[in-house]
Amino acid sequence: MIDPLFLAEAAINGLLLGGVLALLALGLNLIFGVIDIVWIAYVDLVMICMYAVYFLVQVYGWPIWVGGLASVALGAVLGVGVHLLIISPILTSAPVNQLLATGGLLFFLQSFATFLWTTDHRSVRLTLPRLELFDMPISVARLVAFALSILVMLGLYLFLTRTYIGTAIRAVSQDREAMALMGANPQRVYLVTSAVGGAMAGVAAALLIIQYAVHPFFGAAFGPITFMICVLGGLGNMVGAFVASFVMSEVIAISGVIWSTEMGYVIAFVVFIVMIFVRPGGILTRRG
Amino acid sequence: MLELKNVTAGYGHFTALWDVSLRVDAGEAVAVVGPNGAGKTTLLRVISGLIAPRSGEIAFDGKGIGGRPAYEIVGRGIAHVPEGRRIFPALSVADNLKMGAFLPAARRRYAESLARVYALFPVLAERQKQRAGSLSGGEQQMLAIGRALMSRPRLILLDEPSMGLAPVMVLRLFDLIRRVREEGYTILVVEQNVRQVLKLVDRAYLLEVGRIKMEGRAEALSDQDFVRKAYVGL
Repeated sequence: MIDPLFLAEAAINGLLLGGVLALLALGLNLIFGVIDIVWIAYVDLVMICMYAVYFLVQVYGWPIWVGGLASVALGAVLGVGVHLLIISPILTSAPVNQLLATGGLLFFLQSFATFLWTTDHRSVRLTLPRLELFDMPISVARLVAFALSILVMLGLYLFLTRTYIGTAIRAVSQDREAMALMGANPQRVYLVTSAVGGAMAGVAAALLIIQYAVHPFFGAAFGPITFMICVLGGLGNMVGAFVASFVMSEVIAISGVIWSTEMGYVIAFVVFIVMIFVRPGGILTRRG
Repeated sequence: MLELKNVTAGYGHFTALWDVSLRVDAGEAVAVVGPNGAGKTTLLRVISGLIAPRSGEIAFDGKGIGGRPAYEIVGRGIAHVPEGRRIFPALSVADNLKMGAFLPAARRRYAESLARVYALFPVLAERQKQRAGSLSGGEQQMLAIGRALMSRPRLILLDEPSMGLAPVMVLRLFDLIRRVREEGYTILVVEQNVRQVLKLVDRAYLLEVGRIKMEGRAEALSDQDFVRKAYVGL
């Protein structure tokens, strides 16, 4: 029998992990919902931003929050760049070409990072106080990352529901042609969406680098789970992705403590495959 | 106000409009009627810029707009209420109307436009917080028209406003369109409900397999022969 305290600790860790996963999934899902293209290389953009924070903070000695803001700005610039250089020319191509193009970007970024920075694992070391809750050690870095993720997602929610351009972004995701008839240049809406999605990758990068070491294949570790969450939540469905993030992170964390971390991912994939059959339209849809 | 000269348009290898010429003067209401597949929807799409003409000229206020993108043409003063209404189902009624006033010039007069639309369609004011997708077909059509009015157009293109509506609602909707007209908007409407639309407009064109076959004053065209042609396409 497993000590219930371990299970509680796993559940808390799952919750904390879920926050950052949700951030990744929402960024990817926002872009997909509006532009209808899956950025396969999304988490690899996060990886590039993580390196940026690492160099700024660990090598050049910038304060972490300045490094974090720089990462957000870099993410937005990368998002715009990806849209202009890669997505825009193939917007009307067959979906498989779009997947190949963003998939190609993934391999480019991985090789580029390996070439520039080798395969060494690099992390930002912060001196944070230790926290204990009922004898359970809680990582302050994770707690901060979780709190900031929730805040950023709240900000995204307000942006999409309360601002003019945010509402226009939702409108385009529902009917892009009708929105063109309202006077919105779809290209411009796509650019704003790509910048926001990229900025979210930058936020995620700053929150991940204080918990995990970065290496060129970081995207391979977090990419698949991010896609699984998006599909599980229903591609383009923001609320679904948010819920699915916590379902997946709890599955990983709890089965991780019962069996092993590897087994946690195996079970997560099993849950994913089962859910695809049971709820192919996403976790929140009533019938498949 | 609007003039098409020898416009040909289509999709891919398919040509939906052949050499179409028509005219809408300021303050007029004009109908284009014809059977299914005659090219009526294509005609409106080529005017509002959703597709580019292959050849021919389209002028609005004497300036060429043929081939300009849709998001630019709405700024010139043409609002298109598309086939099937195309409201944003997951947005609230109020947000749908807000999107209608997307352009800066329209946004500046948002409050005034909104009051006008709510005065025309009081049911939209009652339902402003509701999801647009939960409205009835008739209410969705009112929302689509209201959303178009929010862009402060001078010419409104209506594509099959009566489509899918119950007969009672069709009559109510035509009454409402009549009121929109009385507000001073110029209207170009495409319809299959020929009898009703001819009571609404000043002039009409008959479109058949992509070509204008007949045109004239609404009263003169209201004879049985014309109506039969438009319905069955014979």
